[in-house]
Parts: sequence; structure tokens; C-alpha cells
Amino acid sequence: MIWATVLISSAGCFLLKYAGMAMPEAWLSSPRVQRIAHLMPVALLSALVIAQTFGLGQSLTLDARAAGVAVAIVVLLLRAPFPVVVLAAAVTSALLHRI
Amino acid sequence: MNQEVELPDNERRRITRDGVSLAFTVGLYGTAFGAAASSSGLSPWQALALSALLFSGASQFAVVGVGVITSWSLAVTAITGALLLGTRNALYGLRMAPILQLRGVKRAVAAQITIDESTGVAISQEHLGLSAMRHGFWVTGLGVYLFWNSFTLLGALGADALGDPAQFGLDAAVPAAFLGLLWPRLKGRTPWAVGMAAAITVLILLPHAPVGVPVITSALAAVIAGWKNGGSK
Repeated sequence: MIWATVLISSAGCFLLKYAGMAMPEAWLSSPRVQRIAHLMPVALLSALVIAQTFGLGQSLTLDARAAGVAVAIVVLLLRAPFPVVVLAAAVTSALLHRI
Repeated sequence: MNQEVELPDNERRRITRDGVSLAFTVGLYGTAFGAAASSSGLSPWQALALSALLFSGASQFAVVGVGVITSWSLAVTAITGALLLGTRNALYGLRMAPILQLRGVKRAVAAQITIDESTGVAISQEHLGLSAMRHGFWVTGLGVYLFWNSFTLLGALGADALGDPAQFGLDAAVPAAFLGLLWPRLKGRTPWAVGMAAAITVLILLPHAPVGVPVITSALAAVIAGWKNGGSK
């Protein structure tokens, strides 16, 4: 099942990339389509941040992950690069698991 | 502006340097993906397959973000999330097609490396002409591909060797990774509103809807906001 997921999502995402490159320009160039595609990652990533921080199966919980993400926000505000943000969150959560 | 002009050597070197350093930085992030994949029950080969075949960071995190895929409904959630996040790559392709002007196999290869970074570097060379944009695209795209896949394998093997992901804070690394991807996109009032609406949607739906449904539903925030703004312009 994992392999099927990996291969189907890969094929689909490749087709999306290829379609953009092969399609007549008029098909995707409507401003409405452009705006929605531009906002789509914002919506999904925001949703994923919340789901991954507070979600535990079908319930909401507050644990070490929230602390890790809080630290990540601080580090992002300090304009740290990507890997530092992820590392800061991981270290915070790991330390809380040790306590 | 877009005519084919000779690209001076110093500019070519600068673009190469910029592209490779960006590729390396983004590639490092593959370690986090490999580790996250491992904590979601993917084997190192499955993690590497996602990086090599899907090759789009946010979509890949969406696949492993649903957790251990134990049912078809989770599989569908993972695939839907990946595809929705991948829609923007179609627009990048549309932008790059007239610049690259490729057919056949080359076009397929170019499509595979059409991602945020390669498109971004290419477009930022616009003032230098077509060959500069092409050079930026290929250096960055192929560079990210190389580093991203290498570091994915490293992260997956490393996390496998380490054991319990929570003990090393990997449980917090995944949402932080999403946040890191989200952050640069939160520019202006509309993205903030869409982000907040999506976040609230998840908080409301999560205790009631099946796993995965809240995140997919939040895509509506983007559709509604993008659709509505169309009325004014």
C-alpha cells in the first residue's frame, strides 16, 4: 500500500509538472486559476502545520511538538535558514522528551 | 528583454554559484524528509523513490505527513494532499515552457525538475536574457535533484539507525518543516487570511472528521479566496 501511494502520487505530480510545460498557455493562464494555485500551498501548509502540531489521530493535544513549533516560530522570526528551523524544533522536542 | 544574447562568463559563474549554493541548502533539508519518511514507516527505498520520482518537497511531506499508511483512505488522503500541493508546479511549467522551448525527452526531464527553486532562480535572471534563465534553471534544478536525493537517503538511513523518532524530536520536526515551507509564502493580507482560515478549519474539523479530511478541506480556503478576488479585477 505504501508503494502504491508512493508511485501514484509521484505519477500524478509528474503529470502536473508536464502538463504545465506541454499545455497551450491559454488553459492555465486565467488569473483566477493562477491565484488559486498560488494560494493553494498557503492553505494546505497552514493546515498541515496545525494538524501535525496538535493532531493525534482524531483528537487535539498539546505536547512537546507544540513547544518545538513555538521555538521554530521564534527562530523563523530571527530569519534563520530552513535546516536551523527544523533542527531547533527537533532539539526542543527531544529535550522535553528527556525530562 | 528575452532575446538570446551571449551570457558573459562572469555572469554564468555567478548563476552557477547561486544555483549550487541554493541547491545545497535546500538539499540538506532532504535529511529532514528522509527522517520524517522513516518515522511514518517508509523504508529508505520508499523515501528515496519519493524524492527521485515525486521530487517536490511540500508534496512529499504531505505523503509522509499522514502518518503510517495503514488503510486505503489514508493512502487517498496522502495522494490528494500531494497533488493539491503539486498544482503550483503546473504553473511553473507554464512559465518555463517558452523560456526553455523543449520537446520530447528533454521536456520531460525539465518538467521533473520544475520546482520552486529552479523556476525562482531562472526568473530572477530575466534581465540577462534567455540563456541566463536557462542556465539558472538547469543548474538549480539538477543541483537540488542531486542533493535532495542524497540527503533523503542519508536522513532515512540515519533515522532508521537511531530508532524511536520522538526521542530525537522528529515528531516536532515535521510541523516545523511545514512551517518553514509556509513562512516565505505569507506575504500580504490575502495569504495570511487564507492561512488563518485553513488553520481554523483544521482545528474545528479535526476532532470530528476522518483523519486527513480536515487538511484536504482547508484547500477550499484557497479556492474561495482566489475565486473571490477575481470579481474585483
